Amino acid sequence: MHRYANPARFLRLAKAILPYSSGLAVLLLGSGLWFALVGSPADYQQGDSMRIMYVHVPSAWMGMVCYVAMAIFSAMALIWKHPLADLLARATAPVGAAFTLLCLVTGSLWGKPMWGTWWVWDARLTSMLILLFLYLGYMALIDAFDDPERGSKAGAILALVGAVNIPVIKFSVDWWNTLHQPASVVKMGGPAIDPSMLLPLLLMAFGFKAYWVTVLLLRGRAEIAAQKIRVLRLAQVHASSQGE
Amino acid sequence: MTRKQRRLYFVLLGLLALGAAATLVLTAISDSLVYFYTPSDLVAKPQPEGRRMRIGGLVQDHSVIRDGKSVTFVVTDLVQSLPVTYAGILPDLFREGQGVVVEGKMGPDGRFLAAEVLAKHDEKYMPKDVADALKKSGQWKEPKAN
Amino acid sequence: MESLHALFAMGGYAGYVWPAYGISVVVLTAVLAISLRQVRRREAELEQLQGARRGRRNGAAGAGS
Repeated sequence: MHRYANPARFLRLAKAILPYSSGLAVLLLGSGLWFALVGSPADYQQGDSMRIMYVHVPSAWMGMVCYVAMAIFSAMALIWKHPLADLLARATAPVGAAFTLLCLVTGSLWGKPMWGTWWVWDARLTSMLILLFLYLGYMALIDAFDDPERGSKAGAILALVGAVNIPVIKFSVDWWNTLHQPASVVKMGGPAIDPSMLLPLLLMAFGFKAYWVTVLLLRGRAEIAAQKIRVLRLAQVHASSQGE
Repeated sequence: MTRKQRRLYFVLLGLLALGAAATLVLTAISDSLVYFYTPSDLVAKPQPEGRRMRIGGLVQDHSVIRDGKSVTFVVTDLVQSLPVTYAGILPDLFREGQGVVVEGKMGPDGRFLAAEVLAKHDEKYMPKDVADALKKSGQWKEPKAN
Repeated sequence: MESLHALFAMGGYAGYVWPAYGISVVVLTAVLAISLRQVRRREAELEQLQGARRGRRNGAAGAGS
């Protein structure tokens, strides 16, 4: 029975947190969008095209944050066989993939007018594309086995191996010459971005985080329900076969 | 040692080995991960005429000359510089003093014949009035090459 | 009116800025909608299964007495 103690606690926690996380997401994203599109100045070099940054950069951060979370959940599932950790890793993957896709598409829409190209194979862009493939591979792998437990194990190993890519993404702009510019916010010596532009960026970034927590709790609930359904159906089959 | 501990050490060791392997591989192929070379790289390691490559640096001030459809300018990394000829559409960010990556090959006369010009921008974001004020007060820092 | 026009024009970059925000809204809304539908459907199914089990158990208890 102890296997169900943790999911039960998660369901209680999810119920308590959901109204706050969803409310916070609406509030932050609403105000963030206003500041991003209306309440902030255009860039001295890039004009209004730089407003794409307010969705591009938070998407990139979340694509990486979700992956780190997925790798940590996977490690917990592998080492401690924590049933909840596996569910949360599964629940995070589609959200991380969505953020990574957004990062790539908005980056392309920004690159065309500024750099003069939709896409280049520099180290930053390529490693970000690999991140998307890691998510897609993980999602395909966990469903590729008849036994969900084996699927989880294979997925967890892939998630951990792919974690090597995260520092490569972060530091690619410092290690190699890239077309992509270096970091603006998370860097030595403080952000190289005007406060009037940092505000919408941070509002959007925290809005994306609140959105992630909300979707993660919802998907976690769905995963727990799916697992209970599996157990009940198995018991049903078992009972009917014994009855005969 | 319990099984949980054994699994923990196994995962940690695996990650460590993986990280070391990745570092080695990335260091070994570092040359091909570089998106462009600088004019100094080109001087240190001259490339044969006709080989396609990318060179990055700053567009030298007062070097842009537009002549009908084609444009010539000088790409510099503040140590070495390279004259470039290009005929085509320039990106919006292309301007003197701004970072640029040109793709093409060396011509017979020592000029770089660019087939494509990409603008590079730095990590600074600020409104126009702030940039003007910084320039006026002399606190403006010129961009570094690459 | 003037400022609204400027907002839509995005300094000449409307063709890039608006699609970027548009696709972000579409993708994030879609992920949320799919997740919500999945939760509702699965929790309803679970409820039904548990209800059927309870019903059977109660039925069996009733028949036994």
